[in-house]
Amino acid sequence: MTAPIRSAQGGAPAGVEHRNRGPAGQISGYNVGYLDENTKRMIRRALLKAVAIPGHQVPFGSREMPLPYGWGTGGIQVTAAVIGPGDTLKVIDQGADDTTNAVSIRRFFAKVAGVATTERTAAASIIQTRHRIPETPLREGQVLVYQVPMPEPLFRLEPRVAETKRMHALADYSLMHVKLYEDIARHGHIATSYNYPVMVGGRYLMSPSPIPSFDNPKMHRMPALQLFGAGREKRIYAVPPYTDVRSLDFEDHPFEPIRADAACALCGSRESYLDEVVTDDAGGRMFVCSDTDYCTTRQAGREAAE
Amino acid sequence: MSAALLEATGLSLRYGPVAALDDVALSIWPGEVVAIVGESGSGKTTLLRVLSGLLRPDAGEVLYRDPAGAAHAVQAMPEAAMRRLHRTDWGFVHQNPRDGLRLGVSAGGNIGERLMATGARHYGAIRAEAVEWLQRVEIDPARIDGLPRTFSGGMQQRLQIARTLVTHPRLVFMDEPTGGLDVSVQARLLDLIRALVADLGLAVLLVTHDIAAARLLAHRMLVMRQGRVVEEGLTDRVLDDPQHEYTQLLVASVLAA
Repeated sequence: MTAPIRSAQGGAPAGVEHRNRGPAGQISGYNVGYLDENTKRMIRRALLKAVAIPGHQVPFGSREMPLPYGWGTGGIQVTAAVIGPGDTLKVIDQGADDTTNAVSIRRFFAKVAGVATTERTAAASIIQTRHRIPETPLREGQVLVYQVPMPEPLFRLEPRVAETKRMHALADYSLMHVKLYEDIARHGHIATSYNYPVMVGGRYLMSPSPIPSFDNPKMHRMPALQLFGAGREKRIYAVPPYTDVRSLDFEDHPFEPIRADAACALCGSRESYLDEVVTDDAGGRMFVCSDTDYCTTRQAGREAAE
Repeated sequence: MSAALLEATGLSLRYGPVAALDDVALSIWPGEVVAIVGESGSGKTTLLRVLSGLLRPDAGEVLYRDPAGAAHAVQAMPEAAMRRLHRTDWGFVHQNPRDGLRLGVSAGGNIGERLMATGARHYGAIRAEAVEWLQRVEIDPARIDGLPRTFSGGMQQRLQIARTLVTHPRLVFMDEPTGGLDVSVQARLLDLIRALVADLGLAVLLVTHDIAAARLLAHRMLVMRQGRVVEEGLTDRVLDDPQHEYTQLLVASVLAA
């Protein structure tokens, strides 16, 4: 009871320079990246297998993490397994760097891994994300880690897990097309606006985690490595760089990413994905970029030009 | 056409001490309707499941000849090939339409599933095909977006048939397709099946305990009892001149209206 496990100060080896270190540098009493080395090795093995079979869900021994399920336990474990002292971490939640979830995960890794953090997409080497892909195109060498609540794209259509595994094994995905058919029959168009199913490398049907369908085209042949972690469901999957990722569709009803038909009220962008914000209780609303880094960069650029 | 579409020899299967199948042999040729009749528990449905590869026999072999003329041992087929067969060349009509339909999916989606499974990706074409098949099985095309659970029992069964036949299979397995329907609906369904079978040149293996249905549809007939085929022959011959005592009993026990 007396010996404090967290001694708040010191811990990071002297002489190692970090940009924008967390408030106290790395704390002692924890292994680097919170997870012990054997757990990290187990997760890395799962990641290697996942990268070798793009889109295939690899089971792994998900650990209890110091945050609740649904807050990114899968993503945080994947990040912990791949993060190193030279990395710069960015965490976004629905595109925003400043939400509770994003801030706490970023501070968590600043503390337990002693890594530099950033809010700039271009400066990050690892980006952990919930529900968005940044607007700034990612480049080679960057790693995008998705927090996934439900890795199985067929789970609403086929309740038996054994049967969905068989469907993946046999590449029997007609059921998903039946679902899209039903969408068109009922709504006149494919009404799936997020978590829109994709085929990876022409073989595996994959759930892109609940990103808006607007972001789906960004996954196609992305130069960055994409890793997906589902903590509660204990699955990891991955899309290696430059892999084909196609959204399912019909020839006469091609895939169409959905975007609000407006410009960002802050930066004026007509290309970025927008959030609708209710501003008062009299019906007032505005559209702003969901990606805060993209929006502030554009605003700064505009001010500099003026 | 001398080669059999499906050829089974020496099929045996035991459920513990009970012999569900005892040295059963059967062949079916293209375009032929064969009925398997017998009382409950005589092994009819087990035989159908073994022939269609859903169940593995203890002994014996089932050979299927594909359109190219090559013979495949059904039990040795990999699962992927088996699935492909089941959604292209073969069809299975269940006794209870709920087993064969997706109740949460509209009628059009049910019919379209097999098309989409075989690579159809044009919504308009799939829908046109669904409308055509609804008409063929005498369901109002206006109900194309209706859910099967809002359909009557007879309509559900007809929908299941449409869903099965949409990919033009060569061989259809039917397990008591008229079971659980009232008499007038049964008569219409039998009529429909007969017309479709003649139209499409289907080979059908029909399991039924309804002698009248067998007489109406089948060219040939097998009578099963306690896992054995006790009599086999042309339908009219078997029903008009039954040789085996059990067949005689079966024919005699049909109520004449």
